[in-house]
Amino acid sequence: MRLLPGWIGLAAVLALTLGPLIPLGLQAGAAPGFGGPEWGALRFTLLQSGLSAGLSCLGGVVLARALSRQRFPGRRLLLSVMGAPFILPAIVAVLALSAVWGRSGILSDVLAALGLGRLDIYGLPGVVLAHVFFNLPLVTRLVLQELAAVPAEHWRLAAHLGLSRGTVFRYIEWPAIRTALPGAFVLVFLLSVTSFAVVLALGGGPGAATLELEIYQALSFDFDPGRAAMLALAQYALCLSLGLVALRLARQAGFGPGLDLALTRLDGAAYRRADALVIGLGGLFLLTPLAMLAARGVEGLIAGLPAATWPAARLSLVVALSSSALGMALALAMAALIAGLRRAAPARARLIEAAGFLALTASPFALGAGIFLALRPVVDPFALAVPVLIAVNAVMALPFSLRILLPALERVEADYGRLAASLGLAGWSRLRYLTLPRLRRPAGFAAGLAAAFSMGDLGVIALFAPPDLATLPLAIHRLMGAYRMQAAMGVALMLVGLCLVIFVVFERLGAADDRA
Amino acid sequence: MRQLFLALLSALLPFAAAAQDRPVLTVYTYDSFVSDWGPGPEIEKRFEAVCDCDLQFVGSGDGAALLARIRLEGANTRADIALGLDNNLIAEAAATGLFAPHGLSPKLDLPVAWDDPVFLPYDWGHFAFVYDSTKLADPPDSFAALMAAPESLKIIIEDPRSSTPGLGLVMWIKAIYGDEAGAVWRRLAPHILTVTKGWSEAYGLFLEGEADMVLSYTTSPAYHRIAEGDDTKRAAIFSEGHGMQIEVAALMAGAKHPDLARRFLRFMLSDAFQEVIPTTNWMFPAVTPAAGLPEGFAEPLPAGASILLPPEKVPALRKAALAEWREALSR
Repeated sequence: MRLLPGWIGLAAVLALTLGPLIPLGLQAGAAPGFGGPEWGALRFTLLQSGLSAGLSCLGGVVLARALSRQRFPGRRLLLSVMGAPFILPAIVAVLALSAVWGRSGILSDVLAALGLGRLDIYGLPGVVLAHVFFNLPLVTRLVLQELAAVPAEHWRLAAHLGLSRGTVFRYIEWPAIRTALPGAFVLVFLLSVTSFAVVLALGGGPGAATLELEIYQALSFDFDPGRAAMLALAQYALCLSLGLVALRLARQAGFGPGLDLALTRLDGAAYRRADALVIGLGGLFLLTPLAMLAARGVEGLIAGLPAATWPAARLSLVVALSSSALGMALALAMAALIAGLRRAAPARARLIEAAGFLALTASPFALGAGIFLALRPVVDPFALAVPVLIAVNAVMALPFSLRILLPALERVEADYGRLAASLGLAGWSRLRYLTLPRLRRPAGFAAGLAAAFSMGDLGVIALFAPPDLATLPLAIHRLMGAYRMQAAMGVALMLVGLCLVIFVVFERLGAADDRA
Repeated sequence: MRQLFLALLSALLPFAAAAQDRPVLTVYTYDSFVSDWGPGPEIEKRFEAVCDCDLQFVGSGDGAALLARIRLEGANTRADIALGLDNNLIAEAAATGLFAPHGLSPKLDLPVAWDDPVFLPYDWGHFAFVYDSTKLADPPDSFAALMAAPESLKIIIEDPRSSTPGLGLVMWIKAIYGDEAGAVWRRLAPHILTVTKGWSEAYGLFLEGEADMVLSYTTSPAYHRIAEGDDTKRAAIFSEGHGMQIEVAALMAGAKHPDLARRFLRFMLSDAFQEVIPTTNWMFPAVTPAAGLPEGFAEPLPAGASILLPPEKVPALRKAALAEWREALSR
C-alpha cells in the first residue's frame, strides 16, 4: 500500500519518457542507423561525458570536503550562489564562459598582457570546461549532503581517538562520499551526453556532436521521426545500462543514527589554509563567469527590460513552483518504492532507480514532437502548453530530486525503520512524525533545485509555445534572435536572480539550523 | 419569438457564435517572426485593421522546424498559411503536396527571377560574413582571400544540420565550387573557430569578440547602425557573389479560409506589410515600399552578385554537400 504511489509515479515517468516515442516511431521512416560519422559522434560523446563527469566528481569531492570542514561567514550564501551555473540556459552559459575563458576573455587578456598567447578552448577542453562549470556545484552539494549526514558523534570520536587524516578519510569520509558519488557521476555523465548547444558552440566543429544533434536533425531538416525515435531509444538504453552499473557501486554508509548534535569539525583548523585555497579557487572558477554575466546583465537592466519580461517571469515562476511540487511528490513516492523494495527485491529496486535517470537522456525535441502527436487527435496541444510544460519539467527534474532524497530516505529507514515498526508507527503518522522531519533538509534542497532547473529549462516550451506565452529562457532566446544581446543578458541576470531567491527560500524552509 | 430563439441558440452555442463572429486565419511561422521584436505583432495589427478577421500567428523554432511541424500535422493541419520557409526548404515542402498555388502574379523586387506558383517571397537577404571594422581593417574580399588568409583569422559559422543560415552557407559554397566544395571546406577549416547550433550563439560569440567574422547577412550591420547608432559592423563583400536566402509563404491545400488566406498573401506584398520587414526582420522586403528602404539600411548588392541554386536542385545536392562539409571539418 505504501508502495502504490511509487508504482503510479514510475508509470508516469515511463509514460512521459518512453511514451512519446510511440507516435514518433509509428510515423514512416527510420532511415538506416549508424554510419562512420555517427560512431565518431558517439565516441566523442562518451569521451567528453566521461571526462566531464570524472572531473566534476573529482573537483566536487575536493570542494565538498573543504566546505564540510570549514565554517565561515557567507558560507550558505556561497553554497546557494555556486548553484547558479546549473540553471543557466546553454546559450547564456556559453557567452558567460567565453567572457572568461575565450580568445577575448579576461584570462586571455591577462595572458596576453604577460606576453603569453591567448587561450583557445574550442574543442574538447571547452566542452569539458563548460560541463564541469555546470555540474561541479551539483556534485559538491550531493557529496556535502552525505558528509553532513555523518552523525557528529563520529567526528568527535575520531578527534578523541586522535585518528590520522588518512584513517578519518577511509572510515568516515569515504563511506559517506561513496553513498553519493556513483549517482552523481551518472547524473553528470548523462547531462553531458544530452548536451547539444554547448557541445557544438564550444566544440569547434562537427566532430564535437552528440546524438542529440542527430535527433534534432532527424526531426527538422531530415524529417524522419522514426529515426528520431530510434536514436532517442538508443540514448535511453545507454542511460539505463550506465545507471545500472553505477548503482551497483553505490553503498549506504550505514553509520547508524546519532543524537543530531550540532556538527563541529575539530579537524577544520589543521586544514584551514588548504581548504581556503580550494574554496577560493572553486569559487573563482564558478563565480567569475557569473560576475561577467552580471556585469553585462546590469547594462541590460539599466537600459530597461523589455515589457515582455514580466509576463515571462510570472509564467516561469508558476511553471517552476508547480513542477517542483509535482516533482517532489513524484520523487518521494518513487524513493519510498525503491527503499521499500531494496531488501526484498534489490535487483528490481535498482532497475527502478535507474529508470529514475531516464528523463535525463530524454531528448526534449523527440519528447515535444511525440507529445504533440499524441495529444493532437484529442485536444489542441497549444491549449495544454502550460500543463504539459509543468508535467515534463517535473519528470525532467526527477533524476536530481531522487538522487537527493533517496539516500536520505534510506538512511531514515535504516536508522529508524525498526524502531518505528516496533512502535507501530505506520502510514500517515509515520510520514508525519518520522520521515518528513528527517527529510526536511534534503527536501528543501531538492525542491529548490527542481524549481530552479525548471525555471532555466528551455525544453519543450520552444516547440509548444503559443506566441503570447513565453518563459524567461524563451524570452532570452527571442531577444538574442533579434540582435538584442544586451537586453537578453539583462533578462538572463533576472533569471539567475529569481532562481537564487527560490533556491535560498526553499533551503531556508528545509533547514532551521546550519549543519550542511 | 424568433429573436428569443436566436438568443437562446447563441447562448447555448457560444463557440459557434464566436466562430461566426470573425473568421480566424492561422499562420504558422518561425519563432522569431512572432516575438515582440519581430514583424508579427505589427503585421497582425495592420492586417486585422482591414480584414475583419482574427489573425493568429503560431511560431515554432526556425524554418526547418516549421516545415517539420507541418509535415507532422499532415493534411489536417490547423494552418491556413505557412510563412517562413526558405529557398533551401522549398523543394521538400513542395514534395509533401500539402501546399496549394497562390494564383497571384506579383511584381517582385528580387535580384533573381522568381515565378514559383506556390511559394511566394516576402523578404530576402544575402548571406555574408560580418566583421568589426575597428578590429579587422583589411577583411577578405572573396572566399579565395579567406582561404589564403593567415590562420589567425577566425570565423564562426552555424551548423547546417541545425540552422538555416548554416545550410545556406554550405549551399552557397556548393553553388560556386561544385565538386571542389569539399576541398574548399578543407582550406576553410583552419579558420573556423567553432560551429554553433544557431545564429544567436554564433552572433553572440562574435559580439563578445571571439572571432573576426561571423556568418550572418549583409543586412546585419543595418541593425547596429539604425538601432544602436553603431557604424563599426560591416559585411565583407565577396567577389564570387553571395548566397541568397529567399523567405516565402504558401497557402495550405487544406486551408479552412482559402479566400481570406489569399487576401493575406496579397496583403503580404503590399506596403503595409513590406515596410515593417526591414527594421524587424532585418531583411530586404520582397517588394520595395513606395517610401523606399529606411535611412541607413543596407544597400542591395549590385546585380549579378546573387547566387541561388534552383530550389528544385537543392535536395539532391544537400546530402552530398553536407557530407563534404562534415568530412572536411571533422579532420
